[in-house]
Amino acid sequence: MKNVLNGLAALGLGLAAVTAADAAEYPIKKPVQQDWSFAGPFGTYDKGQLQRGFKVYREVCSACHSLNLVAFRNLEDLGYSEAQVQTIAAEYEVQDGPDDAGDMFMRPAKPSDHFPAPFANPEQAAASNNGAAPPDFSLIAKARAVERGFPTFVFDVFTQYAEGGPDYIHALLTGYGEDPGEHEVPEGTYYNPYFISSASLAMAAPLSDGQVTYDDGSQETVDQYARDVSAFLMWAAEPHLEARKATGFTVMIFLILFAGLVYLTKRKIWAAVH
Amino acid sequence: MSAGHSTYTPKTGLGRWMDARLPLPRLVYDSFVAYPVPRNLNYAYTFGGILTIMLVAQILTGVVLAMHYAANTEVAFNSVEKIMRDVNSGWLLRYLHSNGASMFFVAVYVHIFRGLYYGSYKAPRELLWILGCIIYLLMMATAFMGYVLPWGQMSFWGATVITGFFTAIPLVGDWIQQLLLGGFAVDNPTLNRFFSLHYLLPFMIAGVVVLHVWALHVTGQTNPTGIEVKQKTDTVAFTPYATVKDAFAMIVFLAVFAYFVFYIPNFLGHPDNYIEANALKTPAHIVPEWYFLPFYAILRAITFNIGPIDSKLGGVLAMFGAIAVLFVVPWLDTSKVRSAVYRPWYKLFFWLFVLDAIFLGWLGSRPAEGTYVVMAQAATLYYFLFFLVVMPVLGLIETPRRLPNSITEAVLEKKSSAAVPATEQAKG
Repeated sequence: MKNVLNGLAALGLGLAAVTAADAAEYPIKKPVQQDWSFAGPFGTYDKGQLQRGFKVYREVCSACHSLNLVAFRNLEDLGYSEAQVQTIAAEYEVQDGPDDAGDMFMRPAKPSDHFPAPFANPEQAAASNNGAAPPDFSLIAKARAVERGFPTFVFDVFTQYAEGGPDYIHALLTGYGEDPGEHEVPEGTYYNPYFISSASLAMAAPLSDGQVTYDDGSQETVDQYARDVSAFLMWAAEPHLEARKATGFTVMIFLILFAGLVYLTKRKIWAAVH
Repeated sequence: MSAGHSTYTPKTGLGRWMDARLPLPRLVYDSFVAYPVPRNLNYAYTFGGILTIMLVAQILTGVVLAMHYAANTEVAFNSVEKIMRDVNSGWLLRYLHSNGASMFFVAVYVHIFRGLYYGSYKAPRELLWILGCIIYLLMMATAFMGYVLPWGQMSFWGATVITGFFTAIPLVGDWIQQLLLGGFAVDNPTLNRFFSLHYLLPFMIAGVVVLHVWALHVTGQTNPTGIEVKQKTDTVAFTPYATVKDAFAMIVFLAVFAYFVFYIPNFLGHPDNYIEANALKTPAHIVPEWYFLPFYAILRAITFNIGPIDSKLGGVLAMFGAIAVLFVVPWLDTSKVRSAVYRPWYKLFFWLFVLDAIFLGWLGSRPAEGTYVVMAQAATLYYFLFFLVVMPVLGLIETPRRLPNSITEAVLEKKSSAAVPATEQAKG
């Protein structure tokens, strides 16, 4: 009898081990959920935070990561005036042409232009970065999310959790550390337990304390930089989030009231039959 | 639509003129006003109407999206992003359309399970059921091709995997795959033909829906008791009774739909589809949209060869078989009693089947390795046992509960049994 029990226990352990091994191996650690101003049914972007995040992107990330789908005119969402947007755009050079002589030429960017990419093409980007082209950042906040697993993903419907992207970016940027020696870290890559597809990635920790100067008195720490740039990237990926949630509120109120009225009508009509 | 008992009398001169030439108002009146429906229909019977508005909503949003979308691999991904960013209310149209597809499937699954529970497919409604199965098949084709259009990573790799199934078919498999793809791999010709077909198929669905409704109006609706309508007191007029009830259910359904669109629009999608398609980079796990996951699990459950059939062809056969078996359900079920309400054993096996289908869906989202494969094999076995063994055998050996004589009697019985505890409470 005891043997049978032991056997069953061993089988149970074996199954558990197999299941654990089956579960997605990476990331090694799940991102920690952060508080975001744009979460929940009434969420809105914090314009100050978006401006700080934009500054971090401009001074740090944009050296390698493009933002192809965002135009300078979109920056008005961040609270910049038209004139300020023109000034920001003019700091960039974009290629235009061909001119009358048939030549391409460089000119200062206009608000209607998109952010110019740091590399001419993905091949050049890869060649300059150890063979791995840095991904475009326009949609990164919607293109990365760590699987939540059962039953959390069911609860997410009711809590309206949709911030897997910014949570992941924040976790990744603040998560670099010493390799505990349990994982294979190929040369030229950097250990980060939050990285979604392996134990290490080709990008070294990009942020350090005090690297970007804030003029609104916010803390100049890696954590704050990561938080701000994550929010900025969420805006870049979902610029109409505020309009969506605001419209949603009106639509929900309308549908609930409408449903209530139709239900009362239905009760009255069916009263004679029931 | 069912001839012979029209009660329509045009009241105006124009009405009489019209009625003598093209009796369209008469058709509408007979089908959607005077049409008798069983008085005991519950809310599970409102999903037909819900599906109709979902089809209309998908066609309307789709037609406008097509005005802004460009079916070319160079620009498709960015054209969708242009809709999301620069087209007026484009984000709303696009989220309505992508979430609408999911909601369409939610409704169709409730509709199908309702049919299975109440035995709606039994004589004389076999053709009605088969037309429904055809609609479902067309919906799957439409949804699959629609998912390819944004040209994200899952679009591309989903298309690669699913069209790859066809190569398992002996002799003609490769030829069919190349015909579908317009080449040897998923590329621009694939995107072009998928876009064309994605625009065509919804109108074919609309055509079959007309036949489906026609067949329904010839046989009349079933009801939770499964007893046919026998007398006038068994029914109520479609308008206002069914209209107002359907309207209420539709609004509640739209509220759920709106919740997804406005608050969690990407919950049902996959993050990888926000990465542009890249033929050189395979995603870690290729998964189809959630509504295909049970069939995906069945496909991957067949990991062994059966005689001359290798595991790949076996998986494809099992997957198509899982859908094909639905078409013959009217002849698999041998029970003389229609509704599960009076079939205690069938009821049990039915709910196990619902759980099994959900479980298969979850397994479809897991990688096909280790214990997941074993679980998927067990769940697939039950899926087929339910149709091929439980349905035929149970009908022969099960003792059904006593059936009421008519719908009216069933309604009155229910009312008095509900009233008794109430009066007892009042006494106590």
